[in-house]
Amino acid sequence: MAEVAEKKEKQKEPLFSKKNKGLMTDPLFDNNPITIQVLGICSALAITAQLKASIVMALAVMFVLAMGNVVISLMRNIIPSKIRIIVQLVIVAALVIIVDLVLKAYAYELSKQLSVFVGLIITNCIIMGRFEAFALGNGPWKSFLDGIGNAAGYGLILIIVGFFRELLGSGTLLGFKVLGDPIEKTGLYALGYENNGFMLLAPMALITVGIIIWIQRSRNQSLIES
Amino acid sequence: MANTEKNSYTLLFAIGMVVIVGSVLAGLFGSLNGQIKENQKKEKKQNILFAMGITKATISGNADDAGSPVDAIEADAIFTKYVGDNQYIIEGAKATKTNKAFAVNVKKEGQKAKEAGYVRKLPLYVGNVDGKKAYVVPLYGKGLWDAIWGYVALEADLKTVKGAFFDHKGETPGLGANIKESFFYEDFKGESIYNGAEYKGITVAKGNNDPTNKRKGDNKVDAIAGATITGDGVTAMIKTDLKMYVPYFETVKAN
Repeated sequence: MAEVAEKKEKQKEPLFSKKNKGLMTDPLFDNNPITIQVLGICSALAITAQLKASIVMALAVMFVLAMGNVVISLMRNIIPSKIRIIVQLVIVAALVIIVDLVLKAYAYELSKQLSVFVGLIITNCIIMGRFEAFALGNGPWKSFLDGIGNAAGYGLILIIVGFFRELLGSGTLLGFKVLGDPIEKTGLYALGYENNGFMLLAPMALITVGIIIWIQRSRNQSLIES
Repeated sequence: MANTEKNSYTLLFAIGMVVIVGSVLAGLFGSLNGQIKENQKKEKKQNILFAMGITKATISGNADDAGSPVDAIEADAIFTKYVGDNQYIIEGAKATKTNKAFAVNVKKEGQKAKEAGYVRKLPLYVGNVDGKKAYVVPLYGKGLWDAIWGYVALEADLKTVKGAFFDHKGETPGLGANIKESFFYEDFKGESIYNGAEYKGITVAKGNNDPTNKRKGDNKVDAIAGATITGDGVTAMIKTDLKMYVPYFETVKAN
């Protein structure tokens, strides 16, 4: 497999050939890590009560996955296969510690909210899955695109879920009171609208993800398993 | 390319990888540590102000914000306004005015205090809220899984609790972690740490049977169900750490 991929690289593919673009766009929709592969569900449930936390988590995973994919891909010919899982773990752990330190230094409030989940990126199945399935057999540029694409697919779902949970649960978006003030009874609240506190709990994240999967599969019948 | 399947290669690879990754992380930590320390100091200031009753609501005037500390960006300025230089280090019954109260590591002082003859350095922050003094004492102890800490603010009479703030490193979410929640720390407000003339502390008590905390004179607050050991940790912190300030408080009261 690796040889075939390298031979193709030597033919000087353009940087954004159709195939390379596909590496980025496929995981957004038809091969989405959350809705199709059902990976990384745990963090999708845990941190999506607020849009801001979802966006930061998506960016952190994108950084770790893209960088990790490139590093693994550059090292793919020198990694002893006997300890390759350990090597992957060390690299992802180092990257996560870097993210954690940078957040603590420059976004302290956020790091307090995310602390546990940043640590949990290490165990995010999407990351180990892409390292093992893609980066070990492909060049660094392709691996980079694959990392960005998969993290974007993951992030897209996180942001959609975060958007609806914060909007319906707290009536805010990124902390701004977009629906009016629930105490002062302005905006929508003047008409008797109330926030749905259930949206802030984990089960509603699962139901929201379920609705996304439902919409996606009803639009593209080929995704339905027989 | 060397034979990547050989044992010696595998071993060398593992050693090299650990050395490289280790030094990269150590270098990064060294360069960011100053900024992280600065953030932690701001958080301490936020928590001290919170215990004194200076919350985001005091600044914004919006009652919704009563549960949040003041914004981190403003923490330094607000701290200077309410506490400023009124920081002390207490040794026994003697207090020294200092601007280094933050430099005292409450955890390390607790360990040093085990040596015979060591007089523990105790930081104390004296705030001025609406013309009245508020004495804020930092506490440090252990919960079920890891460290717990907090700040207790006393009224000018040095008996009644003005407010409290607790935090933890890794207590169980939904159980011990609830010491951070308002329904727990609000109960401390108005409780007395004395029973008559005797120092009693405040016990986090099961079977207190006082959910709305109407009995303020009983030195007890309601425990959280399912968080016995964390609650006991809070009790122990107040019993031991706060008691060490009593000799100094007596001299203040005598004046």
